[in-house]
Amino acid sequence: MPLHQHADARRPQALLEVDGLVAGWAQPVVGPLSFALTEGEVVGLWGANGSGKSTLLAAIAGSARRFAGRVHRVPGLALAVQPQMPVRFAPLPVTGRELLAVAGADASNAANAGTVPQSLARLLPQRLDRLSGGQHQLLCVWAALAGSGRLVLLDEPTNNLDPTHTALLAELLAARAADRAVLLVSHERAFLDAHCTRVLELVSNQERDGTPTALAATHGSEHAH
Amino acid sequence: MDLSTLTDPIFRLPLAVGLLLACVLPLLGALLMLRDEWLAALGFAHLAAAGALLGLAVGLPALLGGIAAAAGGAVTKGAGRISGNAAYGFMILTGWAMLLLVAANSGHGEQLGQALVEGQLYFAGPMDLGGAILLVLICTVTLPWLMPRLLRARLLPQHEVANRLPSRRWHLGFDLLVAGGMAVATASVGLMAAFALVLVPAWIAFRVATGWRWTLIWSAAVGVLCYLVGFAAALLLDQPFGPTVVLVLLAAALGSVKLKTS
Repeated sequence: MPLHQHADARRPQALLEVDGLVAGWAQPVVGPLSFALTEGEVVGLWGANGSGKSTLLAAIAGSARRFAGRVHRVPGLALAVQPQMPVRFAPLPVTGRELLAVAGADASNAANAGTVPQSLARLLPQRLDRLSGGQHQLLCVWAALAGSGRLVLLDEPTNNLDPTHTALLAELLAARAADRAVLLVSHERAFLDAHCTRVLELVSNQERDGTPTALAATHGSEHAH
Repeated sequence: MDLSTLTDPIFRLPLAVGLLLACVLPLLGALLMLRDEWLAALGFAHLAAAGALLGLAVGLPALLGGIAAAAGGAVTKGAGRISGNAAYGFMILTGWAMLLLVAANSGHGEQLGQALVEGQLYFAGPMDLGGAILLVLICTVTLPWLMPRLLRARLLPQHEVANRLPSRRWHLGFDLLVAGGMAVATASVGLMAAFALVLVPAWIAFRVATGWRWTLIWSAAVGVLCYLVGFAAALLLDQPFGPTVVLVLLAAALGSVKLKTS
């Protein structure tokens, strides 16, 4: 039986409420799931390969099929989505600064004045197709975190990152999570435990009873941020 | 070589028509390259050429026939939610087959069809000038609005669906802009010269520019410069305009490759 986590009445208003969601592509992959995300939360989503983590994110973002349940967003809520493998085009004569402008993550957004981390600032004048995979990934994550979206969906942002860049990712999350909700998929449990407010764990029921993956447990994290 | 032909008033209007197109087509080309749909230029140009000839056959101005056919292609593509170069491949085949069939079955059709393919810039008239001015005005108004959206669609592909944005409108709007631009250009500078002005300056700019803003500047600058050189060379050497400007553009592309590798 899946454990359902419901929004706590004492918390701020939930930006996202997922209620009994069953999602997938040609057939259900994940669910039924129920949980909520409130402003200021960084929620990790953990599970084995194929457990439906990315499918859940895609369902929230509207690109996967919803078989049952509902996904309720606060009216007018803007989403920022960072896919598992950001598509890289070459040639692509667009600078990091122009990427941030397109995402609304540049200085034109008053909340971002002077907030671009120093380690990313040096990448801004460079063309995206001349950045390393890790640099590109971090810049895309920052574009999502500092952009106009108050609900940020990050799919495996730790992929392709060395320890230095992983530490930088943690800094970026800490810097921008206060005024938005972040749902972060990763297969690196230690990263989630260290940097997320709580962790949702997806467990596959396929072998046991043939049903899709369900939300098996949630874990709070005392030391998030 | 008679240099006085360059200042002959009879060529001023054609020069102006081509110059306006050489400013705008490379910008559309940069956006098409961004979307990886540069073949759109050739697809719409073929449809426009066929439509122009069909229009002439039924007594309509070539420009109107061309715009109608190219816009029809854009709307069909949008309605079918087709993206990518395959759609433009089908447009090329459709336009080519229609062009040749209409040419073979109408009076002077073959000659007119040939003129559309090769270009007839020196015979451009007030209607061509009006079309080019209108195109420039429409681009001036719409591109500043369209460009950030097209960039976002490319760089943040999930954004439109995730935020339930009416993106089909602006994608269709851009397709119609390209269709209209290619129809106007095909009717004056010719099918292949119009395609070259879309493709080559943007291709060069994508290799050498340091950012998107400079891509636009490079595209327009290369387009205008190559056009002026091609226009003058064709007049001075008494050669057809279309192939001359295409060769100048190809030489510029080769030069950019050499410059990059040296």
